[in-house]
Amino acid sequence: MTHARSVGIVTPRTARFDTALPLKSGGRLENYELVYETYGELDAARSNAVLVCHALSGSHHVAGRHVGEDQDSGWWNNMVGPGKPLDTRKFFVIGVNNLGGCHGSTGPRSINPVSGRPWGADFPFVTVEDWVDAQAKLADHLGIGCFAAVIGGSLGGMQALSWTLQYPDRVRHAAVIASAPKLSAQNIAFNEVARQSILTDPDFHDGNFYEHGVVPARGLRLARMVGHITYLSDDAMGEKFGRSLRHGKTRYSYDVEFEIESYLRHQGDKFARQFDANTYLLATRALDYYDPAFDHDGDLAAALAKARASFLVVSFSTDWRFAPARSREIVYALAHDRHDVCYAEIDCPAGHDSFLLDEPRYHAVLAAWFERIEVSGENGE
Amino acid sequence: MAAYRYDYEVIAQWIEPAEKVLDLGCGDGDLLRYLGEARQVCGYGVENDPDKIVACVRNGINVIQADMNHGLAGFSDGFFDHVIMSLSLQAMHNTQGILAEMLRVGREAVVSFPNFGYWRHRQSILNGRMPVSESLPYQWFDTPNVRFFTIADFEALCADNDIVIRQRLAFDEGKAIIDEPNFLASVAVYRLGRELERG
Repeated sequence: MTHARSVGIVTPRTARFDTALPLKSGGRLENYELVYETYGELDAARSNAVLVCHALSGSHHVAGRHVGEDQDSGWWNNMVGPGKPLDTRKFFVIGVNNLGGCHGSTGPRSINPVSGRPWGADFPFVTVEDWVDAQAKLADHLGIGCFAAVIGGSLGGMQALSWTLQYPDRVRHAAVIASAPKLSAQNIAFNEVARQSILTDPDFHDGNFYEHGVVPARGLRLARMVGHITYLSDDAMGEKFGRSLRHGKTRYSYDVEFEIESYLRHQGDKFARQFDANTYLLATRALDYYDPAFDHDGDLAAALAKARASFLVVSFSTDWRFAPARSREIVYALAHDRHDVCYAEIDCPAGHDSFLLDEPRYHAVLAAWFERIEVSGENGE
Repeated sequence: MAAYRYDYEVIAQWIEPAEKVLDLGCGDGDLLRYLGEARQVCGYGVENDPDKIVACVRNGINVIQADMNHGLAGFSDGFFDHVIMSLSLQAMHNTQGILAEMLRVGREAVVSFPNFGYWRHRQSILNGRMPVSESLPYQWFDTPNVRFFTIADFEALCADNDIVIRQRLAFDEGKAIIDEPNFLASVAVYRLGRELERG
């Protein structure tokens, strides 16, 4: 294998859709835009397209860097590129910002064509299924009938799973990583704390803060801090911060005393500057609502019966947000349906965030799986 | 592994085309791949070694990473036609639990293991040393095996656990052994079931 390289400088593009998208909530979006990036070349048979679905705070910017940046900034840069597990010399890879997002696709910050003002709280609820429907419209736009693979981690894994159920004939392989078939009560509880911290921020203004020229930074900051606690394992946090004191001794104050506090505040502040509060609310609700077995009396195997893809499911030993047992639910339901599935449980100390790391065994499994995927091999234009 | 391909061929003879098969301790997935090609089975492997998981993915077989000592709780009763454990039973702690689970999730179990009662092994013990052979290739201090038993021991255990032996084949270096297998065979392969399910 040659040395893994970067995809280099990438330019986001925007696709506009003027046919209304019906939403699971009963609402609809009359028109919308999706911002996306692509890496590699689509082959002549259009057989090598791979869709990367992002998680709660991700975006279309999966790999490489934008003009003016001096280093790669894509959120899955270690996974996608020449010589990397998702090898862009073989595959045509697409990253897309989901509907309701805040990285360029139509979302709460966008102008509502009816009112002429930002959507804000009026932006309709969007679900995992709606995201997948919108992604399918982007696939149509790009001339992709069937994906070689759809892949995602966490909330992105739910989209990959949903693809195999909503469009069974349009996805040959699906990788569901550090994910779950639905949230547990504890998962929803953490989401609710995050939402309440935003909803009760005086700067939230019932979601219409744009007009007031403020952002609910305190709420977003708290939401992100809670989130980060669930992304890391107890061991990883202990290893990284332990009880390290900022000033070498206790100062009996509510300022930063312990390094973990400094870390959480930094992560919270960074997030509050970049992310949209309404998007955060929408995305956590999409997580809460996702439950493909709901319409099958909770029988996941019955829900997954219609899938036709070949699956890879990966979990991480120290992930307690979406623990290995949650991935196993998917795996055994798939096996019950006689679907093709490989399941790897990666020993990694980093908790839920492990799926973003380049842990060698994890990447070895992904690389082997992508190597097996057949593409026509003929070059495109 | 290639030295034990006759084990694979015996197992394949007991598998009907397109059966649902579970291979416990499937290693690199070679047996499942063989059964896929020879019998077009719908096969799943269970393995817990991360490197072997990668090898299975590369081999294009279905594999589930799990610790077999913790049972096969994710699979429903009678889901598989055959549950196979090829040359791994001696490396399991929970021997009776594993056999019970195999016959819960499978209509029949296929089990092969090295016969500790093989005459060369007995000879080695008589000479005061633990046996090291083609079928027991490890030194005592680095062996993954944790249970050392003979064909006679295994058959007594089956009787105690109401496990019906439907067929037994025994081999010495790939040659079938008919007489005195507990003395003359290095490896035994069994087809096992439950009394109620006969016929």
